[in-house]
Amino acid sequence: MDLYKVSPGPESFLPPAAAKMGNVLPDPGQGHIGGTIVPEEEAMEMAARKFLEGKVPTIFPGPLVLWHWNEKAAKKAKAIRALADAGPFRLIPMADYRPKYPKINPEVEINPNHPNLTIWHNEIDVCIFVGVHCHQANLSLKIIRGGTDCYTMAMCAQAGHEDACLSFRDATVEKIERLTWWVNKLKAEGVKSQAKEFTQFKHIPKWREAEGN
Amino acid sequence: MSAEKIKICEDLYDIMPPEYQDIVENATYGKEGRGWKDIGESKELIEQHSLCAGCPESIAFRYILASLPAPEDTVFVGSTGCTSLVFPMVAVHNIHSLFGNQNAIATGLKRALMVRHPDKVKDVVVLAGDGATVDIGLDMTMQSWFRQEKFTTICFDNELYANTGGQESGLMQKGFVSKMAPVGKLFDKVRLPEIAREAGCHYVVMMTSSKPNRVEKAIRNAVHVAREIGPTYIQIYTPCILEIGKQSMEGLDEMKDSEGIGGRFTYKEYVTDAAAALIKEMDDAEKAAKKAAREKAKAAAKA
Ligand SMILES: Cc1ncc(C[n+]2csc(CCOP(=O)(O)OP(=O)(O)O)c2C)c(N)n1
Ligand code: SF4
Ligand SMILES: [Mg+2]
Repeated sequence: MDLYKVSPGPESFLPPAAAKMGNVLPDPGQGHIGGTIVPEEEAMEMAARKFLEGKVPTIFPGPLVLWHWNEKAAKKAKAIRALADAGPFRLIPMADYRPKYPKINPEVEINPNHPNLTIWHNEIDVCIFVGVHCHQANLSLKIIRGGTDCYTMAMCAQAGHEDACLSFRDATVEKIERLTWWVNKLKAEGVKSQAKEFTQFKHIPKWREAEGN
Repeated sequence: MSAEKIKICEDLYDIMPPEYQDIVENATYGKEGRGWKDIGESKELIEQHSLCAGCPESIAFRYILASLPAPEDTVFVGSTGCTSLVFPMVAVHNIHSLFGNQNAIATGLKRALMVRHPDKVKDVVVLAGDGATVDIGLDMTMQSWFRQEKFTTICFDNELYANTGGQESGLMQKGFVSKMAPVGKLFDKVRLPEIAREAGCHYVVMMTSSKPNRVEKAIRNAVHVAREIGPTYIQIYTPCILEIGKQSMEGLDEMKDSEGIGGRFTYKEYVTDAAAALIKEMDDAEKAAKKAAREKAKAAAKA
């Protein structure tokens, strides 16, 4: 069977699940690019390159890294922040999975039930999911592939995402840092970030200011 | 889940939407003695709601959420209907079940939680409309009571199928004519509180949501009795102002009118001896704690 190529869309209203088309997940130490299994380092380098080439490269951190479930989550959050700073890349959180339609602030957040709204609004051309539960990530990735031309990537803490255009697996703190390392390495080699200038949405509430945080 | 876990990772704090920062800071997770009086000063765990303006369901929701003994360790099970519209905006776990199945889902959930977390208390609360509770889901509702499943069932009784445009429900009053039931209801309002009592519920209350302190007390009692003893049932009149032709600000009056002596929703409760003993114990402990706090304050004032 020919490999089903997982490419940026718009593909159709309901693109098929890549798994249904016969695509398999990478084994430990591997990743995939467009559905083709490759060594993990190759996927990492490609991810860094795609991010630097993007005009609106955006990281979508999900509930597993936004919320302080444990110390590991906090360390991942730190590593993600460092990755964002390395670009710089924009950060837009997916704080939970509640279907917030039609009330969504697409500049501030992304929701798995209509991720296309955030992609469209901000003209995001390359994105990476991290800390999103597998089924919600797959749902979002398919919706994005269905209706937008955004290049999707997934840093998965489990077995990888066949529905992303690029994915690697077992995303530990070290692996997130490794991706940052790749971004810095490519930059040092002269690859310039093509990102448009942007203002990262930030909000420090009044009570925090008062506490001096 | 624990109150400790409802914190945002510091390194990504500033990119979180403000309403999440706010709910983490101001919600009353983990606070002892939380109750309806927190409403207005802190988050009652509803950010906003998509019900009709002035819908009494929204009032009942706020009181109930403010009164849960442990929201961070509570899972709601709901069913399709106006009640379910609110859950996307609620900061408490929720499972939306197939219409009418809520008490069956809650049964499995409560049992699984007891196995998974033997050292922790996890409350399960069913919250569904009258159509889901009394008509389509009556089998599941009653079977869970027969089996003595340890969770609370709350029915938002608006006496019709509001979400689908006003069809007749078993809890509709006799003779009532609604948009989708033009002939008028031919039989009496089903007496679910009495059925609940006979089916094995240990604490049953029928009320309106006009008085927040009453709702708070009923919820606290129902959740604790369900934890310790067995099934509990609360039926709250939350009139569908849209379907009975009332204005946004008329919901409260409608509830007050219907709870007077001889009204359809005059307050009533059925409590088994075991539940009464537990409630007395809780009341006594609460009184003692209040007294101790008063004395401490007095002593501090003197010093
Ligand atoms: C299995 C199934 N049957 C029917 C429906 C259609 N349905 C949606 S809401 C609703 C009525 C809900 O009435 P009620 O439970 O009283 O809640 P309310 O909207 O009045 O709060 C019905 C019948 C459904 N969603 N699923
Ligand atoms: S239709 Fe009735 S029950 Fe539903 S939200 Fe509107 S007023 Fe409330
Ligand atoms: Mg109803």
